[in-house]
Amino acid sequence: MTLTIIMFLPLVGAALLALVPSAQERLVKQVALATTIVVAVATLIKALNFNVENTELQFRQSYSWIPSFGINWALGVDGIALVLILMSVILAPLVILGGWNESEGGRFGVKTFYILILVLETMVIGVFAATDLFLFYVFFEAMLVPIYFLIGGYGSGERAAAAVKFLLYSLFGGLLMLASIIGLFVISGQNGEVTFDITKLSELHTVMSSTTQNILFLGFFIAFAIKAPLWPFHTWLPDAAKSGTAGTSILLLGILDKVGTYGMIRFCLSIFPDASKTFTPVIIVLALISILYGAFLAIGAKDIKRLIAYTSISHFGFITLGIFAMTTQSQSGATLYMFNHGFSTAALFLVVGWMIIRRGSSTISDFGGLQRITPIMAWSFFIAGLSGLALPGLSSFVSEFLVLVGTYTRYPAAAIIATFGIVLAALYILIPVQRALHGETTPGNENLKDLNLREKITIAPVIAIIIFLGFYPSPLLKIINPAAAYIVQQQGYSDPVPTMNGGK
Amino acid sequence: MGIFTSPILNYGMLAPILVVLAGAVAGVLIEAFAPRKSRSSSQLVLSVFTLVIALVALIRARGTYSNKAAMNSITFDGAGYLLQMSILIIAIIAILLLADSDKFAAAPTAAPGSDEERQAQVANIRVTEIYPLTLFAIAGMLIFTVATDLIMLFVALEVLSLPLYLMAGLARRRRLASQEAALKYFLLGAFSSAFFLFGIAYLYGYSGSITFAGIAAAITGGTANDVFLLIGISFVSVGLLFKVSAVPFHSWAPDVYQGSPTAVTAFMAAATKVAAFGAMLRIFYVAFAGDVWQWRPILTAIALITMVFGSLVAISQRDVKRMLAYSSIAHAGFLLSGVIALNKSGLDATIFYLFAYGIATVGAFAIVSLVNDASGEVTDLNRWAGLGKRSPWIAIAFSFLLLAFAGIPLTSGFVGKFSIFSAAYESGNTAILITGVLSSAIAAFFYIRVVVLMFFKDPVEDGTSVVIPSIYTRITILVSLAITLILGVFPAPVLDYISQTAFFLR
Repeated sequence: MTLTIIMFLPLVGAALLALVPSAQERLVKQVALATTIVVAVATLIKALNFNVENTELQFRQSYSWIPSFGINWALGVDGIALVLILMSVILAPLVILGGWNESEGGRFGVKTFYILILVLETMVIGVFAATDLFLFYVFFEAMLVPIYFLIGGYGSGERAAAAVKFLLYSLFGGLLMLASIIGLFVISGQNGEVTFDITKLSELHTVMSSTTQNILFLGFFIAFAIKAPLWPFHTWLPDAAKSGTAGTSILLLGILDKVGTYGMIRFCLSIFPDASKTFTPVIIVLALISILYGAFLAIGAKDIKRLIAYTSISHFGFITLGIFAMTTQSQSGATLYMFNHGFSTAALFLVVGWMIIRRGSSTISDFGGLQRITPIMAWSFFIAGLSGLALPGLSSFVSEFLVLVGTYTRYPAAAIIATFGIVLAALYILIPVQRALHGETTPGNENLKDLNLREKITIAPVIAIIIFLGFYPSPLLKIINPAAAYIVQQQGYSDPVPTMNGGK
Repeated sequence: MGIFTSPILNYGMLAPILVVLAGAVAGVLIEAFAPRKSRSSSQLVLSVFTLVIALVALIRARGTYSNKAAMNSITFDGAGYLLQMSILIIAIIAILLLADSDKFAAAPTAAPGSDEERQAQVANIRVTEIYPLTLFAIAGMLIFTVATDLIMLFVALEVLSLPLYLMAGLARRRRLASQEAALKYFLLGAFSSAFFLFGIAYLYGYSGSITFAGIAAAITGGTANDVFLLIGISFVSVGLLFKVSAVPFHSWAPDVYQGSPTAVTAFMAAATKVAAFGAMLRIFYVAFAGDVWQWRPILTAIALITMVFGSLVAISQRDVKRMLAYSSIAHAGFLLSGVIALNKSGLDATIFYLFAYGIATVGAFAIVSLVNDASGEVTDLNRWAGLGKRSPWIAIAFSFLLLAFAGIPLTSGFVGKFSIFSAAYESGNTAILITGVLSSAIAAFFYIRVVVLMFFKDPVEDGTSVVIPSIYTRITILVSLAITLILGVFPAPVLDYISQTAFFLR
């Protein structure tokens, strides 16, 4: 099965959904769930054929799309893209199963909710698999439309305003990127044939002046920094995460935001190596600010969904740090971090979503004593939280450790400052754990029900993955490492050799 | 005594224009002789038929290019062919909107509120003069895009403008606003025509010629007085910039768009833009190209101001037609960047953009004409709230067209924007590229505001509803949506066709 076919499977599911009568909500949900499971299985089977020794893009496909602009329907994955696609397709069915009822009471009906999710899944696979810059941009922008309606149509509170804020921020970034893409397009035309092939574009830096490179780089970087999001472009995220349903928030923070960090690797680094070097100090500072600032905001957060959003800002700081520290370890760590963050965020949002549905509130202080009333839910929350603070033995520890070690070999000061993020993480996770799970039972919580079977089935694989990869991350690292090493080498860096003083 | 030789005309190349003019004259005859009852349907059939024949005649003439289609006055070339084709296709789908004749004044000559008007309304009189008027305007537009001497250009300008002035005043409801629009359009239009004519005189004084080729030769020769040339270019530009509603010659657009019957606005907004930009492309690419260093900075400034101004002011609009008017001003700015680029990609991109924008505009106004209450169309945006709940399909269609205007990928607007901004950047114009994308970001805001209003606000119960579209309006909307989608997803055939065909014969 080719990437294109896998990519269109969710669309086929969406078309099927359109045929199902809207009144049969159960059937709608089943079709949607079945589709995402089929996609996940198909992708996993495809991934088994991935050759981990090979650093080149694999599963390549290319068809001419708009020849006069040199645009191709070109797909292909390296280890980094593959891992992110795997993350997305595994999360999709869990989102649907976990939020089985959250589409009800939305503005546009149950069926539309699942059609939007399936359309989004196609675009997500496309955005990670595109090896043509134009194609990437098309998915990057078009993706905004379904998620916009998901936030605005099915969330709670000021959802319409949050959706608009999200959309405008993203569009603004996207248009800056468009200006840079046009610049690249014209420059490629002036130096041979017009092309959007990222392999060919990555050779252009030799003919660009450093000023041009810097300006074009900024167009891309700001777009990705808004998406990821980095301080100071982050203000849309907490609102969107609070307003969306738990499922939407997983899609948004767990999957879509990764497009930002992925784009930094795929486009900023490989097309503009010199500009990347020029801006590295600035970006590292921004990443550090994000790590600490996000953590501080999380400590102060009163709303549990906002809290998760703030922790994500902190985590995206780590990922960006790893990407720009430019060692194989930090680069692999960053990609692994993206994968793990997807699952730990999913775990948190799933449990929090169930807590909010039961309690009818998302304020942390409204919970209390859950450990006694709903032990399974409380334990799930606890493990998800520990994964968020990167406890050794859980998957996120491995990636955070890799990022910090990799960064330390090149930028020791940055690594030391980033380490404070870990300390703060303990605070922002343990405080809500203490307030929500332990202590006196808050009035109104006495009769909360524990997780039902569906919810247990949803959370089990997520926690299993988190624990499994915590002890045994090498299957993923095997896929990621060659690609990461290739990117570091492509940038003209070699890993610093550790020096020992005084050792014999 | 000089011997009078009759002009040599190439009828094959002139056929589209002649067919449309003949159709217009036939339409006048129908008005005069056909019984009132059958006029409406026969006019519609005649008009569509005429336009289709003209399109066929045009396609048959493809490839037979000459700069002597009518002596030195008309040049039929690839660019002219594409522009005429765009105008005809847009006209065909726009003229279907005229079929909803209850939108037009029963007795246009009667004073608003007079007895005469009331009697006409009671008698349920439907005017049908609008069809021949439209055909005359279309003929003028067709000539406007291929005229290569200044007198012919001026005649075409008047032929296309005069019917439009009248058509603007034909609204059945809110007749005062409609008449105000017509008068405003007429006065300002006449004013800009005077500028245009004044410019022609200077250009003649400068070059001793009224043909584009003659002016181009005089510029290359470089011996004549440059001041005359500059005055000439400026004044001719004023006339053209007025027609495309570029800042600071835009002030008519919001009032005229709002006051005119929506069907007329659709036609005017789409087709006039194609014709005016077509003429502008030709005159700047063919006649003034040699003087690019003088006019480019000024035109660039106008383009930048137009984009930013149009986008900013559109934000504060409360009326959907006014909003679309300001959006069309912003688009005029984007289109100007293609004129300024002065290269082959600029030409291709502008033609593509014009066609894509024109088609989407007709569709958007067609949808506007569907939102009604008991007293007629509802254009107040606040009353569009919750439209997505009551008429989801119409709201989705309108949103899609708005996304096309905003230039979101997978719509024709994105391909258009991409190609026109790359052409501008290719010509070294970074300012246009950056301002262009930034004002697109601003513009996105007000398009999305309408989407929010339709989908995320609860409906107000004030009798606003979407009328069931007639079969004609339905065709218009569907064609517009289909072309907007196809040009967004599979633009390759059209882009290739344009890039193979578009060129100017000098």
